Amino acid sequence: MTAETHMADAASEASPTPAAATDEPLIRCSGLHKWYGGVHALKNVDLDFGYNEVLGLVGDNGAGKSTLIKILSGAHRQDSGDIFFQGKRVTFSSPREAMDLGIETIYQYNALAPTLSIERNIFIGREPITARIGRIGNMDFRKMGREAMDALRDVGLHLRSPSTPVEELSGGERQGVTIARAMYFKTKVLILDEPTNHLSIKETNKVLGWVEGLKAQGITSVFITHNLHHVYPIADRLCVLSRGEKAAEMPKSETSIEELTDLIV
Amino acid sequence: MKGLAKTVLSRPEITALVVMIVLGAIFFINTPVFLSAGNWRVLFGIIPELGLLALGVTVLMIAGEFDLSVGSMFALGGMLPVLLNQMGVDPWACLVIATLAGASVGYINASVTLTFAIPSFITTLGMMFVARSVSVVISGGHMPVWTPDLPDKLFTGVIVEGGLFRASFVWYAGIAIVLGWMLHRTNFGNWIFATGAHVQSARDMGINTRRVKTVCFMICSVCATWSGIFAVMRSHMGLPNQGETFELQAIAASVIGGVALFGGFGSILGPIVGAFVIRMLDSGLVMAGVGAGWFKFAIGVFLIAAVVFNLYLMRVGQGMRLAEQEEREAESEGSDEPEERS
Repeated sequence: MTAETHMADAASEASPTPAAATDEPLIRCSGLHKWYGGVHALKNVDLDFGYNEVLGLVGDNGAGKSTLIKILSGAHRQDSGDIFFQGKRVTFSSPREAMDLGIETIYQYNALAPTLSIERNIFIGREPITARIGRIGNMDFRKMGREAMDALRDVGLHLRSPSTPVEELSGGERQGVTIARAMYFKTKVLILDEPTNHLSIKETNKVLGWVEGLKAQGITSVFITHNLHHVYPIADRLCVLSRGEKAAEMPKSETSIEELTDLIV
Repeated sequence: MKGLAKTVLSRPEITALVVMIVLGAIFFINTPVFLSAGNWRVLFGIIPELGLLALGVTVLMIAGEFDLSVGSMFALGGMLPVLLNQMGVDPWACLVIATLAGASVGYINASVTLTFAIPSFITTLGMMFVARSVSVVISGGHMPVWTPDLPDKLFTGVIVEGGLFRASFVWYAGIAIVLGWMLHRTNFGNWIFATGAHVQSARDMGINTRRVKTVCFMICSVCATWSGIFAVMRSHMGLPNQGETFELQAIAASVIGGVALFGGFGSILGPIVGAFVIRMLDSGLVMAGVGAGWFKFAIGVFLIAAVVFNLYLMRVGQGMRLAEQEEREAESEGSDEPEERS
């Protein structure tokens, strides 16, 4: 399916029943189960993602955070349970289908091709093309360069040239490129899988600042981490996963770092 | 100076081009006949064959895979049209069938490699033996008699009587332009580079990396098939054992031209320069009276030197990058501070 038809679906879904649309969360997960071989990685997880919020998804290693994220980002499919996007049941058979709906994922390892330039990375798989034969065509380098620089500027990253290979950037700058990429494609939900791993303290603060800024732009973000000190200051709501189950879900105002730590371990 | 250094770092094929020119100059000073029209008439006649193999190998290497079967496909591709034509198949149909056979072998290489997740090094090493065996079996181990119905004038004929170029050079240049356009200008080229640079990233960004790699395997095998067809049309001889070690020369040409062994890096100019360097070494050493026996020695030295040099450049590049990152950090701190104070 193309992006256009997805958007048309979403629009027709939302307009005839405005009352229902306001009640529906942006994404609703209901009764998700996932097995890997004999391992029950996700056990009956229900979770809603609202509009315009920062949700912290925390848990120890092996708690099921990554599994849940892989399902939401289209990389894996749940064995049972449903996902509703703006009230409409969806199934993703590839990351591309999730991306077309506006669910972007920022992976722990940042999903950039190191030898390629910033502009080529930002547009991987979604290159603006001029003349085309089928799906193949000439890349519009001028547009790519211009819009890549704009996208970087929007996240406060001032790099000299969009044709710089990504491997020349620092860890924090690379994370900035992935956030710029997600924002450029008009994301509705941004899933950040351990985005502060392997970053220096200064770079971590920068990334946290970006995530906080997403809310102002009407983007919901899901921040996955095992470091409560990173997510607590910027989260509106927190969800704790433990051994594949949802252990707790609450607004930040009703909990504390100490309580969350106890829930995780 | 910094700009020049950066260009050299990011475009190793430019370095290779300079080395090629220096090499030509040395051979010329040593034996002026090296630059004679007669010698280059021969070189321009045979360069398209190694050159075309190297083009296909490069596309596949950029996608992060290897093909060791191209030397055998070179032999098989050259034999097929002649044998089919002997059986009375229409000459054009012979060429189409050979092309399809090449594409099928590429498809098989891709399917086995990607389905069983084994290194393409192994799949295509196996295919190297299989395709070689098939070319021996179907020819009965003999050189098939050339059939004059095949359109050799169109593909390898001398363009202007007494001129330097055969038609094969024009075909080679044309294919290089098309593949270069595909790799460097199109979105599909971006998917190839992304797949070779980091397959998981490409997949997570929605690229069907399996399909991308499959197409590259097929391009590589079809290039090898046509390289063999050119060789047979030029020489009117097809030996079932021809093109042995050609796969290694093709990889050497790519690597000398700066194409990375691990994928995601390289340019179409690289294998072209590499093929010229290898063929020039071959011819220049013989002319210098060193003897053909030293040819492979020279390729070996060049190959190792190219990789060592490129690795050295990479380390220099890393040093420059770290320095630049620190510079940027310092700059951004400088711009932040006044805001914090006010």
